[in-house]
Amino acid sequence: MLAYVIRRILIMIPTLVAISVITFVIIQLPPGDFLTTHVAELRMSGESVDQAELEALRNRFGLDDPLYMQYFLWAWNCLHGDFGYSFEWKRPVSDLIGERISLTILISVSTLLFTWAVAVPIGIYSAVRQYSWADHFLTFIGFMGLATPNFLLALILLWFSFAYLGMSVGGLFSPEFAAADVPWTLAKVWDLLKHLWIPVIIVGTDHTAKFIRIIRGNLLDELKKPYVTTARAKGLKEVNLILKYPVRLAINPLVSTIGWTLPELVSGIAITAVVLNLPTTGPLLLKALLSQDMHLAGAFIMLLSFLTVVGTLISDILLAWVDPRIRFGARETV
Amino acid sequence: MNEESKIEEKKREEKYLNASTRQLIWWRFKKHKLALMGLYIIGVMYFCAAFCEFLSPYHKDTRHSDCVYAPSTKIRVIDHKDRFRRPFVEAIEPDIDLESQQLCYKPVQGSCCPIRFLVRGDKYLFWGLWETDLHLFGVEPPGRIFLFGTDRMGRDMFSRCLYGSRVSLSIGMLGVFLSLFLGLVLGGISGYVGGWIDGLIQRTIEIIRCFPSIPLWMGLSAAMPPHWPALKVYFAITIILSLVGWTDLARMVRGKLIALREEEFVLAARFAGAGHARIIFRHLLPSFTSHIIVAITLAIPSMILAETALSFLGIGLRPPVTSLGVLLKEAQNVTTIALYPWLLIPVLFVIVAVLAFNCAGDGLRDAVDPYSR
Repeated sequence: MLAYVIRRILIMIPTLVAISVITFVIIQLPPGDFLTTHVAELRMSGESVDQAELEALRNRFGLDDPLYMQYFLWAWNCLHGDFGYSFEWKRPVSDLIGERISLTILISVSTLLFTWAVAVPIGIYSAVRQYSWADHFLTFIGFMGLATPNFLLALILLWFSFAYLGMSVGGLFSPEFAAADVPWTLAKVWDLLKHLWIPVIIVGTDHTAKFIRIIRGNLLDELKKPYVTTARAKGLKEVNLILKYPVRLAINPLVSTIGWTLPELVSGIAITAVVLNLPTTGPLLLKALLSQDMHLAGAFIMLLSFLTVVGTLISDILLAWVDPRIRFGARETV
Repeated sequence: MNEESKIEEKKREEKYLNASTRQLIWWRFKKHKLALMGLYIIGVMYFCAAFCEFLSPYHKDTRHSDCVYAPSTKIRVIDHKDRFRRPFVEAIEPDIDLESQQLCYKPVQGSCCPIRFLVRGDKYLFWGLWETDLHLFGVEPPGRIFLFGTDRMGRDMFSRCLYGSRVSLSIGMLGVFLSLFLGLVLGGISGYVGGWIDGLIQRTIEIIRCFPSIPLWMGLSAAMPPHWPALKVYFAITIILSLVGWTDLARMVRGKLIALREEEFVLAARFAGAGHARIIFRHLLPSFTSHIIVAITLAIPSMILAETALSFLGIGLRPPVTSLGVLLKEAQNVTTIALYPWLLIPVLFVIVAVLAFNCAGDGLRDAVDPYSR
């Protein structure tokens, strides 16, 4: 087991390096280096530019060095927790992203738990009662959930709650807790929980729908297998029979798909957050991209991707722990 | 009687056994009512998108400056004297609602402008080929018909939705074909050649899949210089979407190729002296064309959604290009939506399109393996 974990972590390293390279390319993509853009903007708004400060910044990011040296400098700094400097906010990037990233993680994990909690019972029900009207109804709802993009759902919900309930559902905190410097008290946590369910449901819908489809399909396959017939012939109670054997196999994908679920959840949160104005990464990332504040944007993109890589790692370890076939089978394939 | 039904049964069985794969797929697909409906809806939507200039009563950029934020026009058949007439609309004029101090519109008393078909209206260049001004329907002046209301510049939302679905639907198609190309080539190499090339391509796919797609798309499209012309942005967005989207197709192609590579018929072909290219294109590819079609059908909606999301955020397509996402950008603000809810109508187009593709794709997936029971 330990050997497997270590091997998985070693495999992860090249992935992380590749992600950092792609992120660096994205940072470099806008024409001209970001300092030039910044200076041009300052000139346009009539502010004076301090040449000495400019020179210091050029040195700090090695802008006169060749590109690969710039990458190494940047990556080295990132390793030490220095993600660069945000010109838009005039603060180091690492100051800006901490809380937002952790809120994103919080929402992702709660959404994941929510989708499981909803999808498993519904999936089992529609498989066991295949082609009943409830199955058709749930399938239809599932398709609707899949077809409605998160941010549009958020938009519709905003409109609905504004027009009919007369309240606004945006944000993650009530105004009195919204400022970043309010300490984390029990009251603030409670306030967060009260707001959390809206983004969780919105981001969770399409995944819930997807999981329902997966569980239903898998369970239908399992139910046709001979061992189910055998168990039934032996007189096992239907509820025990279904819950004990086929369901356990059918919900395996829940764990094994965390790897691609997490990136989708994160990107769903990013765009929903823009609509609902949540203090997560989305709005700030968008703002950073629009003003070409590329260090900030790059840090977000890279950390969000790292997050999913780590999530995949955890899910792989979980899966190996649950299922010994993977633990031993992996030795041959990897 | 009994004999007859037996013969009937026999005939049906014979027909089943003699049918080609394509026929079997089609029969099986037809049984899936929801999928069939999805296919019809897709057909209708692409038809509307193709002929949007003709189907829409106005050009997408025509401004009716005296009808800003007008609600959808009511079509009536009973006029103010309680007489029954052919469908008509009433001309509207702006007014101030004294209670809420908001701009509103009231019908002009006694005006009655019948709806006519095949009328002359705004000029347009049909498919860029010839100039015409024929529209499917319109109303007699001074009336105007806004089925979905108008936006903040007094442009007809119905026309704009039709024009917008043309861009959104075509970008989905184009993006999918680009990613299909990438997926076929890279997945094909990966599956057929194998070895370290396979490993390299698989690692690349894994890395791309680690990125949350929307932030990555955002990053890439924010890098587009703002001064690019609309058409260039359109193609750039397509490329960006397919750069991320090809991985699923490549995986599917690779999986299928690996499974089929060891089949007897491939071995037979190789013994018969067929080259690699012939084996791939003549023997392997046709055996999973149907699976590719399924993958495409299921990939298009995610492309449409991605384009909508990017344009909605303001980093995708930009006006004057009109896509469904660009239209929705107008509806970002809660107060706007609360006052003018018809600006949300493009959402319905997105949902219906995506739903139709998903249903059709689902039915196709069930149908592509006609020999399984």
